[in-house]
Amino acid sequence: MATYPTETGHYGDFGGRFVPETLMPAILELEKAFKEAKEDEGFQEEMRYYLKQYVGRETPLYYAERLSKHLDGPRIYLKREDLNHTGAHKINNTIGQALLTQRMGKKKVVAETGAGQHGVATATVSALLGLECIIFMGKEDVRRQALNVYRMELLGAQVVSVDQGNGTLKDAVNEAMRYWTANVEDTHYIFGTAAGPHPFPQIVRDFQRIIGDETRKQVIEAEGKLPEAVVACVGGGSNAIGMFYPFVDDLDVKMYGVEAGGKGLLSGMHAASLTEGKAGILHGSLSYLLQNEDGQVQEPHSISAGLDYPGVGPEHSYLKDAGRVTYDAITDEEALEAVRMLSRTEGIIPALESAHAVAYCKKLAPVMNKEDVLVVCLSGRGDKDVNTIREAHETGGDLHD
Amino acid sequence: MTKAKLDTAFQTVEKVGEKAFVPYIMAGDGGLENLNESIRFLAESGATAIELGLPFSDPVADGPTIQAAGIRALEAGTTVQAVLDEVAKEKDNRMIPLVIMTYLNPIFAYGVEAFAQSCEAAGISGLILPDLPLEEEGLVVKALKKHNIALIRLVALTSTQERIQALAERSEGFLYAVTVAGTTGERASFVNQIGAHLQALKEISKAPVLAGFGVSTPEHVKELSQYCDGVVVGSKIVDALNRGDKQQVADLIASRKEA
Repeated sequence: MATYPTETGHYGDFGGRFVPETLMPAILELEKAFKEAKEDEGFQEEMRYYLKQYVGRETPLYYAERLSKHLDGPRIYLKREDLNHTGAHKINNTIGQALLTQRMGKKKVVAETGAGQHGVATATVSALLGLECIIFMGKEDVRRQALNVYRMELLGAQVVSVDQGNGTLKDAVNEAMRYWTANVEDTHYIFGTAAGPHPFPQIVRDFQRIIGDETRKQVIEAEGKLPEAVVACVGGGSNAIGMFYPFVDDLDVKMYGVEAGGKGLLSGMHAASLTEGKAGILHGSLSYLLQNEDGQVQEPHSISAGLDYPGVGPEHSYLKDAGRVTYDAITDEEALEAVRMLSRTEGIIPALESAHAVAYCKKLAPVMNKEDVLVVCLSGRGDKDVNTIREAHETGGDLHD
Repeated sequence: MTKAKLDTAFQTVEKVGEKAFVPYIMAGDGGLENLNESIRFLAESGATAIELGLPFSDPVADGPTIQAAGIRALEAGTTVQAVLDEVAKEKDNRMIPLVIMTYLNPIFAYGVEAFAQSCEAAGISGLILPDLPLEEEGLVVKALKKHNIALIRLVALTSTQERIQALAERSEGFLYAVTVAGTTGERASFVNQIGAHLQALKEISKAPVLAGFGVSTPEHVKELSQYCDGVVVGSKIVDALNRGDKQQVADLIASRKEA
């Protein structure tokens, strides 16, 4: 298995820990706690218990026969992360980090959320383990994801609406980091994606790799071979890195990361950091970033709140430059079409984020053989997006303005 | 010359038995054309050096006041190049040392080496990067050294003894003692141990120790200055200048004399 990050948290030229000195001791404490937990059989046992009995793992690898026929392409399998408790892959990580919080003797957690999935997953495990929980969420996302806001509150979390910037994920991360800086002594920051300062990209990957580990085993059971290709959507990149990591050394498995193309790459209104960005530093790590000539971070755009982020995890930047993963973009419109396609062929309403990965199957189908196997990470379910999808179909497209 | 200018300024203040006062202003807030005038005003009011903020879209170490100033500056079209060009204009007849405070990304985008070179050419003495901890200094130290720019380190209330030691040993220009756990901006008061913390820093630091973050009243200036070499005042100055209240700024700077 590939051995990165380095001791200093670098992935090739990317990664690192670009945080204020006030946070550094907590970052180092977290790194130590995580290393110890990884080696602690008791911790691993506890993780396995909660993932099985509480989250409902393992999740199925489902053969989407009607979708495969519809696209007249390869045999498509869906890794059903949407069937996890709380409806997305996010809880794989929040369970792990909440247990780490307890190990570090902290009683409070803070988190950012975009679509609300990470916020709900954090609020859920906080309720489960009796932690005090505060969630920062962009104002625009609070509007787009009103139901998730109520879910978090129902679970006992405090949700703070963030007005700064566009009021989306990036702004929520800024505020969550500021809050953490002011409360670092008794609070752990449950970072939701495989980005941020080291050790977060590694922690999130290691808690999410169960997606790829299960998939690898399941696809061999079902097909007697590894897949020809795997696809996952990429915002910060947590479900994608979880799916990709166990396949990195299987060079015959092609990997595709799908970013949010928004209104199209040419429009400038997208969230495709890997496809269109250049290296820069945001939220503690050096990675591909949407920014202008002067190093100011650009406001991203995506119909999907969970992909609406100008940065991306450093390991993805590394995998891109290494040529191991191909990154491409899917527009809002293509994602909406994919929601309809999967709903009607399989009776599964995908999250708008995951719909980007589903939409990419349509592009891959014509260039793959019928006997090939294509695995799609269905990172979350679409219940939270039904209103957004309905509005989009009624207005014939965009609703971000 | 550039770095030495800062050292000289602190030595001069110390020699006459006074404390240093370093105001922070956001470059481009209120129009870049007024930048040199603001610098002159602060110098005439008795500032020891000036911290010049370069706006960044995502300032995670800053509270609401400086965030808002940064947004105003960016909306006015402020760029790194434009600020450096403006500052360079009065380089030769400016006595007061300037220190730039910004985040890593604008500098990274400009090119670290090119930035250090432009700073030297504009007569900048030092650089403060709140999102650059010890662990990542390698990215900038070589270029800054080559161009005589002091890298001003921040030490936090949460810093361990080991980290405090390492930061104090490397300190140049001044050691920036962050006096609150949190972001920049006004505070009612400081933690009880603040005096002992600052005195301990002063004992081991090579460079002068200045207290900053949350310093907003003449009382704060007096209180904190007695334990170290002076203070940095940001949000309060930014707010007063934005309201056009120069008198409040002058009064605040004058309070250093009573410290």
